[in-house]
Amino acid sequence: MTRFLCKRLIMMMVTMLCASFLVFAVCEFSPGSVARKSLGPFATQQQVDLLSKKLRATDPLPVRYSRWLGVLLGLIPDPLQAPDSGLNFNDPRGAQYFGNFGYSTLNKLPVNDVIWNRLKNTAVLAGLAFALIVPLSIIFGILSGLKEGGALDRFLSVICITFTSIPEFASGVFLVTLFVILWPLLPGTSQLDPGSGWSIPSQLVLPVAVLVIYDFGYVARMIRVSMIGVMERPFIRTAVLKGMNTRQVIFGHALRNAMIAPFTVLLLQINFLVSGVVVTELVFAYPGFGRLLLDASLFGDIATLEAATLVTVAIAVTTQLVGDLGYMLLDPRIRVK
Amino acid sequence: MALEGTAPLMNVAKRPARAKWRRIFRSKTALVGLFLVSFWVVLAVLAPILPLQSPTKPDVMAMANPFPSAAHWLGVDILGRDILARLIFGARTVLLVAPLSVAVAMTVGISMGMVAGYYGGQVDAVISRFSDIILAFPVLVLYVVLIANIGPSVINIVIATTIASAPGIGRITRGLVLGLKQQEYVAAARLRAESTLYIMLVELLPNCRGMLIVDGCLRIGYTIITIGILGFLGLGLPPPNPDWGGMVKESTTVLNVWPFMSVEPSIAIVSLVLGFNLLADGLREAWKP
Repeated sequence: MTRFLCKRLIMMMVTMLCASFLVFAVCEFSPGSVARKSLGPFATQQQVDLLSKKLRATDPLPVRYSRWLGVLLGLIPDPLQAPDSGLNFNDPRGAQYFGNFGYSTLNKLPVNDVIWNRLKNTAVLAGLAFALIVPLSIIFGILSGLKEGGALDRFLSVICITFTSIPEFASGVFLVTLFVILWPLLPGTSQLDPGSGWSIPSQLVLPVAVLVIYDFGYVARMIRVSMIGVMERPFIRTAVLKGMNTRQVIFGHALRNAMIAPFTVLLLQINFLVSGVVVTELVFAYPGFGRLLLDASLFGDIATLEAATLVTVAIAVTTQLVGDLGYMLLDPRIRVK
Repeated sequence: MALEGTAPLMNVAKRPARAKWRRIFRSKTALVGLFLVSFWVVLAVLAPILPLQSPTKPDVMAMANPFPSAAHWLGVDILGRDILARLIFGARTVLLVAPLSVAVAMTVGISMGMVAGYYGGQVDAVISRFSDIILAFPVLVLYVVLIANIGPSVINIVIATTIASAPGIGRITRGLVLGLKQQEYVAAARLRAESTLYIMLVELLPNCRGMLIVDGCLRIGYTIITIGILGFLGLGLPPPNPDWGGMVKESTTVLNVWPFMSVEPSIAIVSLVLGFNLLADGLREAWKP
C-alpha cells in the first residue's frame, strides 16, 4: 500500500513537471511576443526589444523553464523583481519563497494575488453544480438502468443524450433568451457584484444550470450502464427468486454495487468542472478561474498560464488518485494488488 | 461444381454482417440520429447549387428589419448577411473539419493502442505513461492553450484534436487488443508466420471495429462542440468563413434585441451533435455482443 502510494505520488510529480514543460513549449509557437502585447501595437520595435530583454523573454527555452521552476520551488529569487530590472514588479511576499508563481504580465500583479481568489469563485460555481449533478445523475441513471430497453429507460436516455448534446454556450443562449429576455426572472450576467440589483444567489442560478445541463446526462449514462450490469448478475436473480420485493432488491443489493464504477466517473467530473467552466464564465462574465486561464493564454502571460495549468493538472491527478483509492475501499476484490 | 459448392457458403458468411447493419434501422434513436446527420450532410453537399443568398455579402436594406422574412427565411445577422445561407455554408466547414480531425486522431490513437497492447512490456509502459500525461490535462485547457498559441486554422484544429483525443482512443484500443491477442486466430496467424502488421490490420483491427466506430461517432459530436466552443471563444476559423460558434459569439452582443441571431446557430449545433450522439447510441445498442 505504501509502495503503491509512493509510486503514484512520484507519477503525479512527473506528470506535473511534463505538463508545465509542455505549456512552455507550446507557448514557443506564439506569434506575438508578450512585450508587444503589453506595449500595444504602436510601440516601436526598440521599445519592444527592450522590454523583452527586461522580462528575460529572449533566453532559450530550457533556461527560462529551469528559471521558472527554480523560482516556483523557492530555490532562487525571481530576477524580475530585482529593483534594478526596471520593471517595478513588487511582490509583498518577497522575491524568494516556495510556491512563487512569478509575476503576471497581464494583470501587473503577483500571480498568487490573482489566482486564488478566482479559483475560490470557480470552486463555488463548480461545487454547486456538482452538488446538483450527483443526485440528478444517480436518480436518472438508476431509474433507466432498472429495466434495460424499457419505456422508462428509452425516455430517460433520450433526455440524457439530448442534454449532453447542448454545448454550454448554446444552453447559455437558450436560458438567457428564456429567463432574462422573454421572461425577466434572472440576471444575464453574474459578476458577483452585490450592487447590481440582483442578489448573489440569483446571479448563480443560470451559470450553475448551464453546467448541470451539459454534464449530468453524461454521468447518468455511465451510472445506467453500471446499473444494467449489476441487474444482470446472479445475486440479483437470487434475491428476486427468494421473494424480495423490488424496493428491497434495489436498495439492499443493487445500488451499492452499481455505485462502484461510477464513483470514479463522478470524481472525474470535478476535474471537468474546474476547466469546463471557461465557456460558462465567459457567457455570464463570471469572475472565475476559467476566464483567467483563457485571458492568460490569449495574452501570452506565461506565469499566470503556468500557475493555472498546474492547478488544474494538480486537481486532475489528485482526483484520479482519490478515485483509485476510493475504488479499492469500495471493492474489496481489487485490493489484493 | 465448385461454384455450386461455394455460393451458398458465401451467402451464409455474408448474412450476419448485413443483419448487423440492418439492425440499425430497427432502432428508432439510430434512425433519428441518421436523419439529423444526413439532413446536414445533404444540405452541406448541395450548398453551391441550392438557391441561397451569399453567406458573406451583406444585404444592407434588410438590416433595418433583420427578423425572419420571405426574403431571408431565418433573418439576417448583425452585418446583414443571410443566416440560412451562413448556417448551410457553415455546415460544410464543420462537417469537413470534425470528421477529418477525428479520422486523423483515430489513426494515430489506434496505432498507439495497437502497438501498446500487442507488444506490451516497455513499449506499453512508455505509451501509456505518455497518454496519462495528456489525459491529465483538462481537454478544453489543452485546446485553448494550443489554438491560442499556434493560431486557428483547419490544420491546427486537426492537430489539436489529434493531441487531445488520440491518447483516449489509444487507451480503448489497447484494452480491446489485450483481450483479443489471446484468441486462437491470432495464435494461428502467428503460427503461419504472418507479419505483425498483417496480424494487427487483418486479425485485430476488424475485431475492434464495432467499439471504435461507436467511439468515433461520439468523438465527432464532441469535436463539433469543441469547434463551436473555439469559435465562441474567438479562436475559430478566421472570418468571413461562416462558423457556427463564431456566429453565436458575434450576435451575443445583440441578444437582448434580436435573440434569434444567436438561437438559430445554437440550434444548428445542437441538432448536428445530437444526430451523432443518437447514432452512436443506436449503433451501440444494435451491435451489442
